[in-house]
Amino acid sequence: MNALQKISEFFMTPAMKIVMILAALLFPFVASNEYQIYVMALAFVWAIAVYGMNIITGLCGQLNLAHGGFFAIGAYTLAILTVDHGWAFWWAFVAAGVSGALLGFLAGVVSLRLKEHYFAIFTLCVGFIIYLLIDKWEELTHGALGIINIPAPSGFGLVDFTETTPFYYLALVFMVLSIWLAARIANSLLGRSFRAIRISDELAASLGINLMRNKVLAFVLSTTYASVAGALYAGMVRFIGPAEADVVHTFDMITFLLVGGIGTLMGPLFGTLAITWLTQSLQFLEEYRMIVFGPLLVVLVIFFPRGVVGTFLTWRGRRLAAAHETAQKESASEKKPSSNKATTPRNQEAGNHA
Amino acid sequence: MQQVLNGLTLGSIYGLVALGLTLVYGILHVPNFAHGALYMVGAYVSYVIMVDVGANYWLAMLGAAAAVALLAVLCERLVFNPLRDAPPIHDKIAAIGIMLFLEALVQMHWGAEFRRMPTPYTGIVEFAGLTMPAQRILIIVGAFSLMAVLHLFLKKTMTGSTIVAMAQNREGAFLVGIDANRVAMMTFAISGVLAAVGATLFAPINLVYPAMGHLLIMKAFVIIILGGMGSIPGAIVGGLIIGFAEAFGGFYISTDYKDIIAFALLVVILSIKPTGLFTKGVR
Repeated sequence: MNALQKISEFFMTPAMKIVMILAALLFPFVASNEYQIYVMALAFVWAIAVYGMNIITGLCGQLNLAHGGFFAIGAYTLAILTVDHGWAFWWAFVAAGVSGALLGFLAGVVSLRLKEHYFAIFTLCVGFIIYLLIDKWEELTHGALGIINIPAPSGFGLVDFTETTPFYYLALVFMVLSIWLAARIANSLLGRSFRAIRISDELAASLGINLMRNKVLAFVLSTTYASVAGALYAGMVRFIGPAEADVVHTFDMITFLLVGGIGTLMGPLFGTLAITWLTQSLQFLEEYRMIVFGPLLVVLVIFFPRGVVGTFLTWRGRRLAAAHETAQKESASEKKPSSNKATTPRNQEAGNHA
Repeated sequence: MQQVLNGLTLGSIYGLVALGLTLVYGILHVPNFAHGALYMVGAYVSYVIMVDVGANYWLAMLGAAAAVALLAVLCERLVFNPLRDAPPIHDKIAAIGIMLFLEALVQMHWGAEFRRMPTPYTGIVEFAGLTMPAQRILIIVGAFSLMAVLHLFLKKTMTGSTIVAMAQNREGAFLVGIDANRVAMMTFAISGVLAAVGATLFAPINLVYPAMGHLLIMKAFVIIILGGMGSIPGAIVGGLIIGFAEAFGGFYISTDYKDIIAFALLVVILSIKPTGLFTKGVR
């Protein structure tokens, strides 16, 4: 084993998780200013939404272009309930998740009857309807003015989430929970059903997987993720406008997902952090970031369709398989053909989703 | 009656844009999300030719058509051709990438502000108690004659027939020796021309700005879903349906929610009939 391989193996061990969580916990102490902590917290919030997108698009293979819309639904539910109806933050937060799930269910039941391109186009339209409704329905959403003075999450008198650092930890907790749940889903029977659907509708149906039920479930999970992230976002930024529902956010999230690695577990986090910091460090890019990201998307889907994490996992899988093969060749003379061969692809598959 | 005219104007523009989309979809099975950006680029090119160079309206239209056709072919060569064997989700993401890139580029160069495109046809035609701005008549006549030319091209010429053949049956087209690359490039070029001409016709009564393609492309998608993806008459009929629905809806219901009508219509129709109105079973 060479050094490179040792490092790559370390990435796969449980110790890596602890290292990452430790690094995240220590980040506010090493950050040079509060703004960096703020950016990181915002990136965590977006990452939660991207994990949602990963469930429907990465695992289940349905390109959902209404994701930004559901993010906005979460943000607006929280804002309307707290500002206009005086709800407590956490009750409104739960309500935001529920409304994301309910509306996601309604949208999913209609849109998932369509396949592939039809589904993508239909969800694009759904996202646009959400945007138009937010923009035009002034009695409910305050229209183009947006909603201001959204309360920060209440800390029950213990912590003050209007401060950046406590909010950072709050976002971190939610993100870790999201990743944990996403991992549980991806490795469960449900996640395997989703992947079967991604590979082929017919294949999945012939295995006895209820297509509609699984797709709607994946869709509802993803919209719930999006609306929870949206609610957190509203509690963090404390001002929202119709621009939150802009389709540009959906495209941003696709970029995050694709850069990190679509369908992988750590991809959404990696992509979100990488692109967020890249945009931050190249300030002039803020407005024109799409000049770089547009071609980046194209280059990625042509040459690295699996993103950074996916490419790494494929590379590692190949190395393992190669190592396995040489080991097998060496022992081939003394052993009968064992079941090793059968386990190789499976190891690879398990690695891909680790 | 005024609403009929409005509906016809909107419908013919929607039809033109949707035709370009549906042609590309029929051949390559790529939902080209970048089509709206091509439309937008077309409007900017003719704006530049007219305002900065000072050329004639028709010359500008010609220039825009050529430029956008070239751009569309470039997209096909550089992006969609390498992706032809990739899973469909990749095409869509790549198309979105192109769209974002073109929009940002235009915005960087010309800024985000709204511009008004001049037109030589500012007169108002009075006919049988109806007032009709000349530009609207130009749009209707221009769009429908272009559709007619396209129809003749597809039906009566050899090159046109290769496009139709490809759309009908890919393998069959290969068997009789049709060059897929050539047909794909040609289709993209035609869709670019349609987008640019549509933009040049429509821009004088609308405004020119980087996001102008957004709403239009979504409506065009609604139209080709209604009309059946890849169906040419479907695109025209669908365009007219949406055009009329918007004109009358805006008049009788509310102008605020005018833009939502197309999408609401889509939701209703797809909830009842998930394959679109005019599809013939095959998807």
